[in-house]
Amino acid sequence: MSTSTHAAPVAVPQQAGHGAPGHGHGHHPGLAHHFDDLEQQRDSAVYGMWAFLAQEVMFFGGLFIAYIVYRNLYPEAFAHASNLLNVPLGATNTAVLLASSLTMALAVRGGATGSKPTQLIMLLATIAFGLTFLVVKYFEYAEKFEHHLVPGPTFMSDPAHVSPFFTAHPEEIPHARIFFFLYFAMTGVHAAHMLVGAGLMAWIFLRAKKGEFVPEHHDALEMSGLYWHFVDIVWIFLFPMIYLLGYHFGDHHG
Amino acid sequence: MSAQAVAAPREKVAAPEHRETYLNHDYSWKSWLFTVDHKRIGILYLLTVAFFVAIGGLFAMMIRAELLTPKGDMLEAETYNKIFTMHGAVMIFFFLIPGVPGVLGNFVLPLMIGARDVAFPKINLLSWYIFVTGGLLTLFVAATGGVDTGWTFYAPYSSTYSNTRVAETAIMVFITGFSSILTGLNFLVTVHTMRAPGMTWFRLPLFVWSAYATSLINVLATPVLAITVLLLALERIFHIGIFDPRVGGDPILFEHMFWFYSHPAVYIMILPAMGVISELVAAFSRKRIFGYSFVAFSSLAIAVLGFLVWGHHMFVSGQSAYAGLVFSVLTVLIAVPTAVKIFNWTATLYQGSVEFATPFLYVLAFFGLFLIGGVTGLFLAAMGLDIHMHDNYFVVSHFHYVMVGGMVTAFFGGLHYWWPKMFGRMYNEAAGKLAALVIFVGFNLTFFPQFIVGYMGMPRRYHAYAPEFQTLNVLSSGGAVILGAGYLLAALNLIWSLKFGKVVTERNPWGATGLEWETQTPPIPHNFEVTPRVTQEAYAYHEMYSGKEAHGVH
Ligand code: HEM
Ligand SMILES: [Cu+2]
Repeated sequence: MSTSTHAAPVAVPQQAGHGAPGHGHGHHPGLAHHFDDLEQQRDSAVYGMWAFLAQEVMFFGGLFIAYIVYRNLYPEAFAHASNLLNVPLGATNTAVLLASSLTMALAVRGGATGSKPTQLIMLLATIAFGLTFLVVKYFEYAEKFEHHLVPGPTFMSDPAHVSPFFTAHPEEIPHARIFFFLYFAMTGVHAAHMLVGAGLMAWIFLRAKKGEFVPEHHDALEMSGLYWHFVDIVWIFLFPMIYLLGYHFGDHHG
Repeated sequence: MSAQAVAAPREKVAAPEHRETYLNHDYSWKSWLFTVDHKRIGILYLLTVAFFVAIGGLFAMMIRAELLTPKGDMLEAETYNKIFTMHGAVMIFFFLIPGVPGVLGNFVLPLMIGARDVAFPKINLLSWYIFVTGGLLTLFVAATGGVDTGWTFYAPYSSTYSNTRVAETAIMVFITGFSSILTGLNFLVTVHTMRAPGMTWFRLPLFVWSAYATSLINVLATPVLAITVLLLALERIFHIGIFDPRVGGDPILFEHMFWFYSHPAVYIMILPAMGVISELVAAFSRKRIFGYSFVAFSSLAIAVLGFLVWGHHMFVSGQSAYAGLVFSVLTVLIAVPTAVKIFNWTATLYQGSVEFATPFLYVLAFFGLFLIGGVTGLFLAAMGLDIHMHDNYFVVSHFHYVMVGGMVTAFFGGLHYWWPKMFGRMYNEAAGKLAALVIFVGFNLTFFPQFIVGYMGMPRRYHAYAPEFQTLNVLSSGGAVILGAGYLLAALNLIWSLKFGKVVTERNPWGATGLEWETQTPPIPHNFEVTPRVTQEAYAYHEMYSGKEAHGVH
């Protein structure tokens, strides 16, 4: 071929014009250069966030599948091992997260109504709840280390913290170890998401302080809210699956 | 398709004065490394992908050199294991997966839909940085110890027994995965929200459909690989985990989770390539694609079905016979949408005014090679046959036919096709054709003998083999040299053209439809002078050419 043998026989009917790029004239300051209007920008943010959350579902899904497989293979070990968890702390954290979802929703509402004080107060409350969750989690993990319930060479080596609750056959101990590995992996990955969420909220808080979020443009606030709710929902699944499993089997604490 | 603006007289000769393009509007290093322009990011991908493919190619040559003789005389068994692992991992994660979306997708997708950029330009740049970081650190791990598990990282060898750097490699794969996820996310949203006025879903070029389908897989499958390799790394680092059978773990679960990603991943590799082929077939036969909506939906069908067939990699791994049966049937089903594409492409060629330009030679090569690859995939999908073929060279040959014969061939075809748009220069046509021919011959010489030697029973992943397999292996190694020379020739021709190739200033040197051909060559930074308004279907070749010349039968 050569570049000229078959130039298109029709004139290319484009470029009428002045060459003015189709943007850059007196738009909302929050509008990025490559979007036509705020609506397109918002749609993109919404689609993008949902696609990201779909990705997150699949990511956690891998852990959930592993949980389901081993829970089915070793139901007895899982039920007994579940008894070793601290249900009051887990329940406290559940309540804390549910409350944080409420404050988050109110913060987003503050964006929709354009109320800066609402945004700031509610974001602070959300951050506070998030940090509370992490602190409680820290104490829970510390307790597990002290009680030798962390998978590893000394796993379940401290009878005081095992025998009253774990009455399954000793052969089940390796399987309980799998339970605890999954406990740490699942709650650990969740906690990492909480940490990211808290950082995100701090950033959103600073932007809110600058008065960036107005009724017609508060995508970032809203999308961060979606993320936050998602992380909460993951916990809503984790709590019964991990903490309440023993209760379900009716032989808790003995 | 055409823009509804007032027809301006077409520039015949490039005006001598300075034309601003995305390439020349800023020459600084910074303007490249911090660019958020999808076109420049495409070029960044091109450079890095070329680097990784060269490294992967070196590993391949070492494999073929070792296999010249039956004895394992050149490389220690351990070294050989590391070499083929790195070959597979580098090629798959750093070339085959990001290749077409990263380079061609980034460059042409926003142009094709009449957008100024992708929906999230900064995230697009972030994807590239993640990709480069993951890639370079993987090479660093390879250079400082390497890994010997094969690209499949099967547990418990990887989780417990191998004493190479599995954890580090797993973490690199984890990191790189996010590049793929973010690119997929970006393309999904871009197709949804960034289309120009009038660019309805059924006016989208088929490349966009296949990029969309690929992105779905990127977003939904890659995170599963991420969590899988994360669990693997945790198990390696802390010596505790869930894949070690000695303490009740289930290594088969690892295989399930790995293939749940890695089978869809083969469609991440081939779907964008199929999109390229659709564009080229229409452009070089000057016809609208036969059965447009079938081709479009077959991409989605492949993406969906691709999630349901992973068990065909595990027929002999100890999954239940019933599971095997179901996976076998579903695998055969997935050949249907694949065949739909092939039939529609060939039907498009029928009575088209076909032009045998370089990109089109790659299309023909793709047809032949991908067909063989797909049909041998069907052999493997038959559970009974696969018990014999599994993990021998027949499988190796199958996936090279689809990945190299399919994806890489389409990639080269697409690169030649969009090259003048990207750089405003035309490569040497004779050298381009010669390279395509050499690649085709070299490819078959390399990989066809592997079908035979596999069928005869030569297993994969050993540095030594039985003497009766030598002739075929020597043929294969010889072919590899020819194949390498072909790729080199094609690459050199393209590089040569950057400086010496004929300057192209026409908007549409191929006389093809598509918005990317309606903007300046090379495009201006923001793609279009005026946002185009689309009034026609994609591939309106009939409208474009009717009454001008006799182009086949209309
Ligand atoms: C008609 C479509 C296809 C069918 C029916 C098919 C079937 C199969 C089967 C049954 C196997 C397992 C063989 C074994 O390990 O025993 C296999 C392996 C493989 N296929 Fe395909 N395949 C198809 C298309 C593709 C495509 C399009 C690609 C990539 C672009 C691909 C890449 C691979 C790879 C990489 C492996 C081997 C992975 C490994 O063990 O390292 N296949 N194929
Ligand atoms: Cu497969």
